[in-house]
Amino acid sequence: MIEFQSVTKRYDDGTVAVDELDLTIDDGKITVLVGPSGCGKTTSLRMINRMVEASSGTILVDGADIRSQRPAALRRGIGYVIQNAGLFPHRTVLDNIATVPILLGTKKAAARRRAEELLDTVGLPRELAKRYPAQLSGGQQQRVGVARALAADPPVLLMDEPFSAVDPVVRDDLQEELLRLQSELGKTIVFVTHDIDEAIKLGDKVAVLRVGGKLAQYDTPATLLAKPVDDFVAGFVGRDRGYRALGFLSAHGVEVAPLSTLTLGEPAPVVTGWTVVVDERRRPLGWLSAKSTVEGEIRSADLVAGGSLYVADSTAAGSLRAALDSALSSPSGTGIAVDAEGAVVGGVTADSVLKVLDAARRSGEVPS
Amino acid sequence: MSIFDQISAWLSDPDHWKTTLGIAGIPQRLAEHVQYTVLAVVIAAVIAIPLGAYIGHTGRGGTLVVGIVNSFRALPELGLLILLVLVMGLALALEAVTIALVLLAIPVLLAGTYAGVRNVDRAAVDAARGMGMSEWQVLVKVELPNALPLIFGALRSATLQVIATATIAAVVSLGGFGRYVIDGNSQREFDQMAAGAVLIAALAIVAELLLAGVQWLVVSPGLRKNSRGRARVR
Repeated sequence: MIEFQSVTKRYDDGTVAVDELDLTIDDGKITVLVGPSGCGKTTSLRMINRMVEASSGTILVDGADIRSQRPAALRRGIGYVIQNAGLFPHRTVLDNIATVPILLGTKKAAARRRAEELLDTVGLPRELAKRYPAQLSGGQQQRVGVARALAADPPVLLMDEPFSAVDPVVRDDLQEELLRLQSELGKTIVFVTHDIDEAIKLGDKVAVLRVGGKLAQYDTPATLLAKPVDDFVAGFVGRDRGYRALGFLSAHGVEVAPLSTLTLGEPAPVVTGWTVVVDERRRPLGWLSAKSTVEGEIRSADLVAGGSLYVADSTAAGSLRAALDSALSSPSGTGIAVDAEGAVVGGVTADSVLKVLDAARRSGEVPS
Repeated sequence: MSIFDQISAWLSDPDHWKTTLGIAGIPQRLAEHVQYTVLAVVIAAVIAIPLGAYIGHTGRGGTLVVGIVNSFRALPELGLLILLVLVMGLALALEAVTIALVLLAIPVLLAGTYAGVRNVDRAAVDAARGMGMSEWQVLVKVELPNALPLIFGALRSATLQVIATATIAAVVSLGGFGRYVIDGNSQREFDQMAAGAVLIAALAIVAELLLAGVQWLVVSPGLRKNSRGRARVR
């Protein structure tokens, strides 16, 4: 557990970066500090490993004041991941990852063996071990950065805007990877970002800070979306928060109606309405329009592109947001539900989603 | 006979390659020239590299470096050497030459080391500190290894300048290849003078190749430009 007790950071020129911050960060969870630039989120993070010294107040890690240890010793016990990874250009990927264990006195060979395992952990092929950072892509560098922070198996991980310098597709991958890793490792992660969507996606709890270093709200992402404490938080959380809040509600119970399908290459029948066209493994390829005049075999050129897919697995039903989006983005108005293998299992409509939402609201599942 | 033929005739004369009747041959002049150069570059490196590393690491005194480099760039080496000999006496001519050459090499090495350490990726330095390296470890394990390409650049540049300038040692009655240039001039033996210049240039080229080889061995492949597969995809 990390505790901020009325922590203030005031710089020599009088600017206050963090103002009387009280915050308790739970063990084994991802806590996200989010806010506009100048809100002191990075300063708060860097005070935990004394990269910035607090002007007043106390920070406790597992009950012990961080000032009871020398900074270097404290930092070796806390994982640290930063924007652009900050890898050492002159060292191979393997030696980058082995840095902290070697600082702690582990033999070089043992540290390198452990580093190889960590490549697997963060989803990188072992062939990269002997490469240098300049030979990696931005996403790969960031994965190495995470592996390096995990090398000495610290209980706490500090991550300072780690994914903000990579492109959106890679960022999405890295976020998924972090959630997967966290489900295996259960570290106490403090994560700083300026991106509220990233905060909501990753955080078990989210602390919204306002300019001047004051804590505005500290809650679960669902509560933050449903009940922002004031206009600042509401504004920062942004548009469509009602819609985005659906992401936290299970689509369990949404009716998946049977959907008639055609297979690509089949002769086109006289169509009576929008029809899903699938491949030989029943994976959706697109829609045949209700006004289609195709004669003979159905070819891909005859199809209208489909919307997003709603994965309705029996074990893990998707969110209401995914179900609703599939219906709204579909040209036919009916969202395609697929199973884990991607085969069509049926269709969902916006109405059926709203019915489930209504029921959830009545049963008190939706915070209001 | 063209000047090139004269130079080659002078250089291929076996008498010029051995020391006879107290007249030094080319090998001895080479040894002297190398001695002046190595002495000056080593002393300058011992002073300038730690100082540049300290200033680069702490970030304090950067303007001092710029000031020193700029003011020394205008230093007239020959005038300085003669002044030093006048003050110290001809008996200390070697010391005077060494001081003059050290003062020539320091600004280059200081600026190169300072810039090298300063230009290390700030994110890498921040990460090093954040992972629990002491300030000394940050300097020795991260900043200096990454600064090596620029430090070597400065070392090569300083060595070339010192080799070229060590010629003036002959003015204060010392040896080195400068002897041929100075004596050739005063005796109006232009073949000797030109041959001296060629020898100095050849020494400079050999020194440059040697240092480039050492650099290739010492600097991490991760810092080499145009190394295989070096593509920064962000």
